[in-house]
Amino acid sequence: MKTHALIAAFEHPGALLDAAVRVREAGYTHYDCHSPFPIHGMDDAMGLKRSPVGFIAGGMAALGATIGFSLQTWVTTSAYPLVISGKPMFSWQAYIIITFALFVLFGAFGAVFGMFGLNRLPRLHHPIFHSELLAKASDDGFLISIEASDARFNEEETRAFLASIGGTHIELVRGE
Amino acid sequence: MAALDTQTYTFTDKGRFGVIALGTGILFTALTVVGAFTDSHMFFASWLTSFAFWTTIVLGALFFVMLQHVTAAVWSVVTRRAAEALSLALPVLLVCFIPILFGMHDLFHWSHAEEVASDHVLAWKAPYLNTTFFIVRGLLFFAVWIVLAFVLHRRSVKQDVDGDPAHTYAMRKISAGGIFLFAFTVTFAGVDWLMSLNPHWYSTMFGVYIFVGGFLTSMAVLLLVFQMLRRQGMLEGVVTIEHFHDFGRLLFAFTVFWAYIGGSQYYLIWYANIPEETVWFLARWDNGWKAVSMALIFLHFIVPFLTLLFFRVKRNTVLLRVIASLLVVMHFVDMFWLVMPTFGPGVHFSWMHLTSAIGIGGLVMWMFWVRYTAHSAVPASDPKLADSIAHRV
Repeated sequence: MKTHALIAAFEHPGALLDAAVRVREAGYTHYDCHSPFPIHGMDDAMGLKRSPVGFIAGGMAALGATIGFSLQTWVTTSAYPLVISGKPMFSWQAYIIITFALFVLFGAFGAVFGMFGLNRLPRLHHPIFHSELLAKASDDGFLISIEASDARFNEEETRAFLASIGGTHIELVRGE
Repeated sequence: MAALDTQTYTFTDKGRFGVIALGTGILFTALTVVGAFTDSHMFFASWLTSFAFWTTIVLGALFFVMLQHVTAAVWSVVTRRAAEALSLALPVLLVCFIPILFGMHDLFHWSHAEEVASDHVLAWKAPYLNTTFFIVRGLLFFAVWIVLAFVLHRRSVKQDVDGDPAHTYAMRKISAGGIFLFAFTVTFAGVDWLMSLNPHWYSTMFGVYIFVGGFLTSMAVLLLVFQMLRRQGMLEGVVTIEHFHDFGRLLFAFTVFWAYIGGSQYYLIWYANIPEETVWFLARWDNGWKAVSMALIFLHFIVPFLTLLFFRVKRNTVLLRVIASLLVVMHFVDMFWLVMPTFGPGVHFSWMHLTSAIGIGGLVMWMFWVRYTAHSAVPASDPKLADSIAHRV
């Protein structure tokens, strides 16, 4: 079985935040933090960049609005022109509601599926689930895993490093 | 330069802001009153515009205070005292309401008895739209708002001294009932003071429209006030970029809400195409008003929307100041757009619009500053204060 990662437990959310900073500063890039709830400031501690999901959602929303407006314009002015209550063929006021609805719908799809794509979901299994310790991350565990794919990863050194920053219950995770 | 004690957040130096505001207020109000003798009709119209402009802003601050109590919000605790102080400017506006009572005959078509007698619609509405009931309602609205503002402020400054968390719960209860009263009074005030300028026309969304514009501008004014305090070196590390970011989000949300309500009102009337309803929008489109209407759509909604959409803009205090200032100006244009088409065709901007807006504004900001500097600049003993200072978006 291939070595996947080393995983270590920390006392509390504050300790996890400090440890995340230490791991980042030590130069590791392939690592992750696991906690039962979101911890404020973790993005900064891990040095994560802002997610581009907002721009995906925004782009999709603009696309939806364009499709909604153009479709209605095409239908009412050239494909099937019909005078309704004496108003002009091109009555943009009437298009706004559908345009707005498609703006929201596409924006929501962009946000949800953009998030899925960026997180490489759906995914049925991840090697980190071979860890015994990981189950605690949905209960009372504050964990950091450093993956073997990291250029700086060395089983002995990384284990010593995790211990030096206060990690306990250090476990070697094997599997694919 | 005003200054704060960094431990207790009390003002050690109140600065010159209050004096400048009072001086400006008196000077410009006096100038406007001079105008009353040259063109009384225009005086009352511009006074109503500026009165509506500032009243909606101050009411927005009152709503902000109650909203934060009801939702038990943490982030806004450091900003609450300024909003409370702004809502205490209501008595100034009660005084500014007096000229409108003198100008009822100039402003409100329905106050002419001979017109009502020959107009079936106005005769039918007369039990509501008559001068006595109008004055009684106006005083009642102010009574409700002033009591709410003073009760909440009194509790809040009491907590500064005794630090009793029971005040937090009491203010939450008061605000829950207060928001209910606020919704009714603001809706009827909007109907009375602005919608009844066209007594034949009605829109059930009008009250919400008035409220949204006022709350939005109130957030812009509070943002600018905190920027001013920060530039004078006050509240450093207390009101942080995180709080400005949240103000930016509120500006964003409410500029969208404003467009949503304004748009819905327009689309429904456009769809139905009933002359007695469309006449209101036609008066705001013909004879040069189209430019004002377009300015509202672009500068009150599209420009703030497209800029505030971005994360970096909401964390850039220079851009936030620019957008907040734009929204304050556009709220005045909005009030101008609601009031002025009633008084004949064509866009008639008078110097009295400017002087009355600055005059009433000076008096409001003077009262704000007097109230604000009288106590701690933040609710010093609020149980959530430390969390609010440490707030992160």
